[in-house]
Amino acid sequence: MAGKTNQSSLDRSWRNRRTIVGSIMTTVAGSCLVIALVPLVWVMGFVTVRAVGRLDLDLLTQLPPAPGLEGGGIANALIGTLMVLLVATVISVPIGVLSALYLSEFDQGGPWTRRVRFATNILSGVPSIIAGLFVFGLMVRSGLTGYSAFAGGAALALVMLPTIVRTAEEALQLVPQDLRWAALGCGATRFRTVKEIVLPAAAPAIVTGVSLATARAAGETAPLIFTALFSPYWPENFREAVATLSVLVYNFASVPFTAQQDLAWTAAFILILVVLITKILATIAVRKRQ
Amino acid sequence: MTTLKATDLQIFYGKHHAVRDVTIEIPENRITALIGPSGCGKSSVLRCFNRLNDLIPGFSLDGEVTFNGENLYAPHIDPVEVRRRIGMVFQKPNPFPKSIYDNVAFGARMTQYTGDMDELVESSLKRAFLWDEVKDKLTKSGLSLSGGQRQRLCIARTLAGDPEVLLMDEPTSALDPVSTEKIEELMLSLKTDYTIAIVTHSLPQARRISDVTVFLNTEERGSDGIIGYLAETDETEVLFENPQLEVTKAYVTGRFG
Repeated sequence: MAGKTNQSSLDRSWRNRRTIVGSIMTTVAGSCLVIALVPLVWVMGFVTVRAVGRLDLDLLTQLPPAPGLEGGGIANALIGTLMVLLVATVISVPIGVLSALYLSEFDQGGPWTRRVRFATNILSGVPSIIAGLFVFGLMVRSGLTGYSAFAGGAALALVMLPTIVRTAEEALQLVPQDLRWAALGCGATRFRTVKEIVLPAAAPAIVTGVSLATARAAGETAPLIFTALFSPYWPENFREAVATLSVLVYNFASVPFTAQQDLAWTAAFILILVVLITKILATIAVRKRQ
Repeated sequence: MTTLKATDLQIFYGKHHAVRDVTIEIPENRITALIGPSGCGKSSVLRCFNRLNDLIPGFSLDGEVTFNGENLYAPHIDPVEVRRRIGMVFQKPNPFPKSIYDNVAFGARMTQYTGDMDELVESSLKRAFLWDEVKDKLTKSGLSLSGGQRQRLCIARTLAGDPEVLLMDEPTSALDPVSTEKIEELMLSLKTDYTIAIVTHSLPQARRISDVTVFLNTEERGSDGIIGYLAETDETEVLFENPQLEVTKAYVTGRFG
């Protein structure tokens, strides 16, 4: 046949332009992936190396040492972080989940859904220091609470709220419409449908969303610097300034004392660990449900 | 005796006029089949009878729907109460992600049932021809059952609420032939105690189980797409063997739809 003489070989040719461009692009994309992973591994590795020397029992049970002294721990900051997180979740979870419930179950695409969705999107884009500033003006400067765990928790609640509304709403939207119809078709009221069918079905996903939001909030520094402030002492109640892990990192990393610097690295390590563990648990929980 | 009745029913979704001029009766203790091509509004009409359409944004209706002579859309009527008396079984079997027992009990708890729950669950499952298959695993999830069993579980759940009417929206279209046959048998056994209305895509099914057939058809309506209307309604045998209209004859003999 005439065409046969023209037929090119099926072998891969390294002189072919297409092959060359293909390999170059693959190499470039692969290198970018490595470059993107480097900071992540570097940060984790660096923090771990700096922290590992101070991972001891004192860390979890002692107050930070006075300047110039050795040893000590970050127990007060651990407790303080738990306190502000407690305040933050107590404020943001009920408000956030109930808002999501209203949007998803009772307003269903009405005008308020669009408005509130817009507002939560804006709120989630607001830099967290603005949340701190707002609470500073509202509660601290006004003398309502002063620097305190309350104020810190309120600021974190502002940061958590949009995430909680959004994840809870997404979780509720994932509940099949069939189930709502089935319940209503059985003669259930809207309230009972939500309470007995929709909410239990969405609960695992809501809990996951809330824990991720809380873990993220645990690492927030800006909203806490001028609300919860800091304290070198044991926290005694919610109305006083308390130490938190993130503010401790901020304060101690910049002082000229080695003991404090080491504690800052260790606190950073613990923050990373908290986010990591929460993320892993959430992933496992999600996988189990599927 | 007529249980449910629609008079000059018009159904709108937003501005779209979906169904026009439907006047039908669902007689007591008989099976009424609603048939017709896609888009004729047979499911819409069915849902009007227990006010499930209320849940669809933009839905509105004109005309009158009565249950034992009472206007279901009068302002003083509680739609939740209506749905307790007029139960619904859906196209896709939709058991709750709860145990088999709790699925059935849910239907009863909605109606503030105060008797012996175990007994009611058992009798409801027996009525739904499911008891023998599940009596040893009542605590297992309703979702562990097969498609046909799930649908019978949904029927048991509806029966547990002690309704007077069963509305069934293509209850077998997602099921295999064996499961379909079981559900059809079940419907025939239930009609002594309940009034049943069923929407079906299957003409043979309508013919096998129904006493009365309602044929809804579609027509073009300008630029606004299609609108459903009542073409013909009669005793099933008459409608299939000797229909009044040419279009009914064409539909029941499978020439369109």
